[in-house]
Amino acid sequence: MCLAVPTLIKSIEGDMALAELGGVERTISLTLTPEARVGDYVLIHTGFAISVVDADEAQETLRLLTELAASYPDETNGNLQSTISNQRS
Amino acid sequence: MKYIDEFRDPTLASSLLADIHARAARPVRFMEFCGGHTHAIFRHGLRQVLPPTVQLHSGPGCPVCVTADADLDRAIAMSKLPGVILTTFGDMLKVPGSHGSLQTAKAEGADVRVVYSTLDALQIAREHPERKIIFLGIGFETTAPTVAASILQAEAEGLHNLTVFSLHKLTPPATRAILDAGESRLAGIIGPGHVTTIIGSQAWEFLSQDYHVPCAIAGFEPLDILQAVAALVDMAEGGQPAVVNTYSRSVRPEGNRAALDILCRVFETSDAEWRGLGRVPASGLALRHEYAHFDAVLAFPVDPGPTRQHTGCRCGDVVRGAVEPPECLLFGRACTPARPIGPCMVSAEGACAAWYQYGDIGHE
Amino acid sequence: MNNDRILLAHGSGGQLSHELVERLFLKHFGNSTLARLDDAAVIQAPGTRLAFTTDSYVVSPIFFPGGDIGKLAVCGTVNDLSMSGATPLYLSVGFILEEGLPLAELEPVVASLAATAQSAGVQIVTGDTKVVDRGKADKLFINTAGIGVVPTDVELGCDRVRPGDAILLSGAVGDHGMTIMSQREGLRFASPLMSDCAPLNGLVAAMLKGEVQGARTIHCMRDPTRGGLATTLNEIAGKAGVGIEIDEYAIPVREAVRAACELLGLDPLYVANEGKLVAFVAPKAAEALLAAMRVHEYGQEAAIIGRVTAEHASRVVLRTALGARRIVDMLVGEQLPRIC
Repeated sequence: MCLAVPTLIKSIEGDMALAELGGVERTISLTLTPEARVGDYVLIHTGFAISVVDADEAQETLRLLTELAASYPDETNGNLQSTISNQRS
Repeated sequence: MKYIDEFRDPTLASSLLADIHARAARPVRFMEFCGGHTHAIFRHGLRQVLPPTVQLHSGPGCPVCVTADADLDRAIAMSKLPGVILTTFGDMLKVPGSHGSLQTAKAEGADVRVVYSTLDALQIAREHPERKIIFLGIGFETTAPTVAASILQAEAEGLHNLTVFSLHKLTPPATRAILDAGESRLAGIIGPGHVTTIIGSQAWEFLSQDYHVPCAIAGFEPLDILQAVAALVDMAEGGQPAVVNTYSRSVRPEGNRAALDILCRVFETSDAEWRGLGRVPASGLALRHEYAHFDAVLAFPVDPGPTRQHTGCRCGDVVRGAVEPPECLLFGRACTPARPIGPCMVSAEGACAAWYQYGDIGHE
Repeated sequence: MNNDRILLAHGSGGQLSHELVERLFLKHFGNSTLARLDDAAVIQAPGTRLAFTTDSYVVSPIFFPGGDIGKLAVCGTVNDLSMSGATPLYLSVGFILEEGLPLAELEPVVASLAATAQSAGVQIVTGDTKVVDRGKADKLFINTAGIGVVPTDVELGCDRVRPGDAILLSGAVGDHGMTIMSQREGLRFASPLMSDCAPLNGLVAAMLKGEVQGARTIHCMRDPTRGGLATTLNEIAGKAGVGIEIDEYAIPVREAVRAACELLGLDPLYVANEGKLVAFVAPKAAEALLAAMRVHEYGQEAAIIGRVTAEHASRVVLRTALGARRIVDMLVGEQLPRIC
């Protein structure tokens, strides 16, 4: 029941909208997110948008994670495996 | 896929994991409240790549799993009434009640239909004015507002053949109940990201204030979950419990006001019966008096008879996080997804189903 | 829970389907040929080996992007024969028609069946028609049986799968099931998703031809239909008593299928295909066979998706994009009813 997926609002008619993910379109209700606009991304859950995605916050989160990655420059998957096995021995 | 693929980036995941490995010195137990998190953790193999010092345990965040037997029996009895179309989310179909499931009722001739949304139930109600449509309302605060919105829609349209059997439940009271039971020493809680888009991260402040337990609200992609784990490890090591919102692109402190307004217009809190937790005060949602004509329990009084529980089923213990699925003697033997005894093995968010389906290779 | 009635899940190709076959049908019909439960039965006739198979088609809706129940009926049976290495030759077709079905719907199905048979190089040589009361057959159901000849030097079967074998997949998975699902769930596609329904005998012939003469480097082939790739791999792992390891990032999936699966909470590994095959081949022959597949119309997106191991016998393990490993089980219930 926690399944909610971010989709792009392509068009709005009344309180219904056409939402798109990866080229797949679905009609959804905006009743719970009346502030949503065309071009916004919304999380959809059982046919309703429940939250508008904050693009700036998303960027910021990724920026922080990228910064963290910079402090572990050798972390490719291969090195991670050895980190894990070192941890266990 | 935007806002999905970026949060699955393996390189960023690797460095988050390296960070967690570097800092998780002492053994800590975290609970992921939400069944969706349990499944995501298994699906991406996260238990395998996290350090052994970090133990993750599933909580009661599977609405199907925490539905009480008596309530399920009532729903099955309703589905068998003449003229009724019982609409339900797919997951509830196979959960065994005292005498079969909704699926067996369907095979025996009951009109049970799986829907993706209450909007589908509304459509069925419009198309079948001669039938009585009952919507089985399962789900937490993410789902309940959608049901409330549909009830308002039905009212506006004058649709009189739709009712809702509300078994909706609230997550903070359940979390309190688990902590009050004190069965497991939790060093942190991974908070349900989508529930919290509705109720707001402020709704979890009680965890640090009343229980001194850190909480990190998490989304459902690997980077989201790992970020939350990293934040919890930080707080567990540093000893400063707080509520950290790592899902800030979707969760706000105040939640979704519009959704909460609609929810409160239609529903009010009530006591509710939770599998595994018993009766939890003010943890359920019941239809307000003004919407009593949408209440399936009032419209269709049924007596499903005494409940019959399978001895040995430990779903109640599993949802409390008191045991892990493999500790249940029925797990993988008498109880499998093909022949489930309890809901935890059936539901897409059930802990037992996750353990069974994805196995647990790595911590061997 | 007492399963004393047939449930939709018994038709999904997953665990309950297998149990029904083993506990009911094999119990009564048991013979060594049937007990192998291969896609087609390879039987000895004087001077030759025949492959013989049957399938029924109950897909709803009967017309869908990329095909229809008629095309499906031919492709499904042609493919089952091809998986045993046989050259498909002759088909029978039995129709069960619902009273009231408009001829305007039946004729295009029949025309499509005929056209598909022609392009696959098989002949429909016998058939049957029954009509049932309105409401008893949801428009139409089709049963086909097929016969082909297995060339003397071809030996394909689960028992030939060995640790070390490379696993080749002929293209993107999930197209058929998600096309059907999208029709039912009101999903629309910006660039339309189509069923991958196709006859694979040409591709199989190209692969067999691409083998070094007599080398028998192709050990086993299967088409992952109901239950998806995951179920087929589990079946083979179980029957051959080997472990299978596949790489998540190596499995081709169209973006639209991925997105539709995200929206509906489904996993492409369990979604039905109707024009794909998996091949278990000797490791030294893998690259050459892959090249042979890629020049064929139905193998252009072919990929090596994993390998057979001696570890974790009967289990299929997936390496996730994060480098972790997890089990991939067989489909249990029914993901999408009546998709084949």
